[in-house]
Amino acid sequence: MSSTLFLLQLLNGLQFGMVLFLVAAGLTLVFGVMDFINLAHGVQYTLGAYLTALCVAKFGHFGLGLVAGLLGALILGYVLEWLLFGVLMHRSHLEQVLGTFGVILVVTDGLKMLFGPAPLPLAVPEAFQWSVRLTPTLVYPAWRLAIMLAGVVLALVLWWLVAKTRLGMLVRAGSTDRETVSALGVNIDKLFRLVFAFGAVLAAFAGAMAGPLISIEPTMGDNILILAFVVIVVGGIGSVRGAFFAAILIGVVDTLGRAFLTGWLAGLVGKPAAASVGPALASMLIYILMALVLAVRPQGLFAGAGGK
Amino acid sequence: MNLKSLLMASALALPAFAAQAEPVKIGFMATLSGPSAALGVHMRNGFQLGMKELGNTLGGQPAEVIVVDDELKPDVGVAKAKGLIERDKVDVLTGIVFSNVMMAVSKVANDAGTITISTNAGPSPLAGKGCTANFFQISTQNDMNHEVMGKYAQDKGFKRVVLMAPNYQAGKDALAGFKRFYKGEVVDEMFTQLGQLDFSAEIAKISAASPDAIFTFMPGGMGVALVKQYDQAGLSKKIPFLSAFTVDETTLPATKEAAEGMFSGAQWAPNLDNAENKAFVAAYEKEFGAPPSLYASQGYDLAKLLDGALKATGGKVSDKAALRDAIAKAPFKSVRGAFKFNRNGFPVQDQFVVKAVKRADGQFVTESVAKVFTAHQDAYVGECPLK
Repeated sequence: MSSTLFLLQLLNGLQFGMVLFLVAAGLTLVFGVMDFINLAHGVQYTLGAYLTALCVAKFGHFGLGLVAGLLGALILGYVLEWLLFGVLMHRSHLEQVLGTFGVILVVTDGLKMLFGPAPLPLAVPEAFQWSVRLTPTLVYPAWRLAIMLAGVVLALVLWWLVAKTRLGMLVRAGSTDRETVSALGVNIDKLFRLVFAFGAVLAAFAGAMAGPLISIEPTMGDNILILAFVVIVVGGIGSVRGAFFAAILIGVVDTLGRAFLTGWLAGLVGKPAAASVGPALASMLIYILMALVLAVRPQGLFAGAGGK
Repeated sequence: MNLKSLLMASALALPAFAAQAEPVKIGFMATLSGPSAALGVHMRNGFQLGMKELGNTLGGQPAEVIVVDDELKPDVGVAKAKGLIERDKVDVLTGIVFSNVMMAVSKVANDAGTITISTNAGPSPLAGKGCTANFFQISTQNDMNHEVMGKYAQDKGFKRVVLMAPNYQAGKDALAGFKRFYKGEVVDEMFTQLGQLDFSAEIAKISAASPDAIFTFMPGGMGVALVKQYDQAGLSKKIPFLSAFTVDETTLPATKEAAEGMFSGAQWAPNLDNAENKAFVAAYEKEFGAPPSLYASQGYDLAKLLDGALKATGGKVSDKAALRDAIAKAPFKSVRGAFKFNRNGFPVQDQFVVKAVKRADGQFVTESVAKVFTAHQDAYVGECPLK
């Protein structure tokens, strides 16, 4: 195992972590701040990718398509909030789970009816169709670097918003004691709607950025949603900082596990055994990690550390 | 929900003797919902196009096709197969995309003595020890297209290859099929998670190993993601990408340029040079506005096979043994060219290497570049006790 290959895999893990963070950030805010379980958060990711792919196809320009796609996702997210989530907000967790799960089913089948079950095309924008050469055999695609950069910038913006602005202060206060903040004359519903819209756009952005890498199909949000839940559980529910570091941790552990675990096990238990155990264990690694975190620190790694 | 479409021919348009005839009933099962629905939709489109050309008759008899969705769930498949056999009393059960559904359904159909023609799934147990006289397979035994790629890699003189497939039975079977005809060095065998989104770790390993070629079986959305990421990593120009059931007309609309130049094993391609195929491709594109896939060609062949068999029995379906014998003779002209059934009911046919290309009209299609096997049969027929 060369050090360049290890470095490359580390970059891959970081980049995967960034996509996870963009999805998890909205989820953790909505869950932590509003105490609202939104299973339909993955739908925003799917809608972001679909709308961007459709708009890029229409305008023939990625940037323009991205902006239009995000705008569309924002509007749809707002409509969902207005129609359904505002009502579910004041209900029990079970009803929230049922209601938002219903949204997944409706949107998934709606997309299939409108655009068919086959995946939609979305290419990497031309400006990013190059790669960085690390060694004669190893290269790193520019688009993955762009995703990483966008993730870091958005994380900083989020941190600034939550930690340094009056709005962020209200969000933090609202997550601790909703009634008191409301009694102080803050329109808590409006605040939550804003947080929700922001989270929805982040998830849509993640979907749009991941679109050129993965297959844009109606069920694409389901896989990422499970990973996003793992991230917020590991990071501590409601903590944006926790979501950031947990997303990187999950991304890196998952990628390095897939890359090196089988080879490493082969030295330990022999090649045939490693070939059957390795891949299965690699796909379980992040769940084992989550179980460990839950056993040792059930509130998550960053909860309670003032890391909202 | 029962997706039931009735393609009943108008009895009025037919001569008087046919007016009283019971229509021939064909049950067609496919996965038409869920993330893997594209294959089933193509297969159904091909079949319905064939039926439309025949004026919804088979062997001159009015025919009724009942389409059901197995949802890629073996239990749902079994329940709906029972409905087709016991309630609708279909004369022939057809379709089925996925092997796990087929394994469950074939038992039900066999117990009821219903003739079954698989239009895609070709699991090895049904070709070997578990073969039965009532079971036919009109596409390929599952391993055959992987064998094509293994033979191709061997013929090309690729000395070192990397293999990659999802970590489940079909993935393992795919790699076994490849290795049956490939004798060079397998540098690495990678098993990925089913439904995996990001292949960066695997691609980096391939890149570092720099083999002469890679072979993969990565169906559906996984394949789309892999092809895009493989291309973005700059590997598609450097390390030949060999695959089966990964790059075809169901995924090319999503991958487009990224898949250009990638190779697949197949028993059919849109550019195969025979009159039936030319007519089929033209009619399909006119009807559905997109090029047909392997799966569509199989559905189309199914309609023509049924028509040929019923012509041979004079339109009668009551005598099961006669109908079975008629089907076994494969009395139709396949769009893939030479075709016959082996004694286990699986195809004996030519197999090709196809390449993804951009056509002059901008559509992405596969194109046959070399015939790898002539009159190829599956590896399991030796275990089949049927004569």
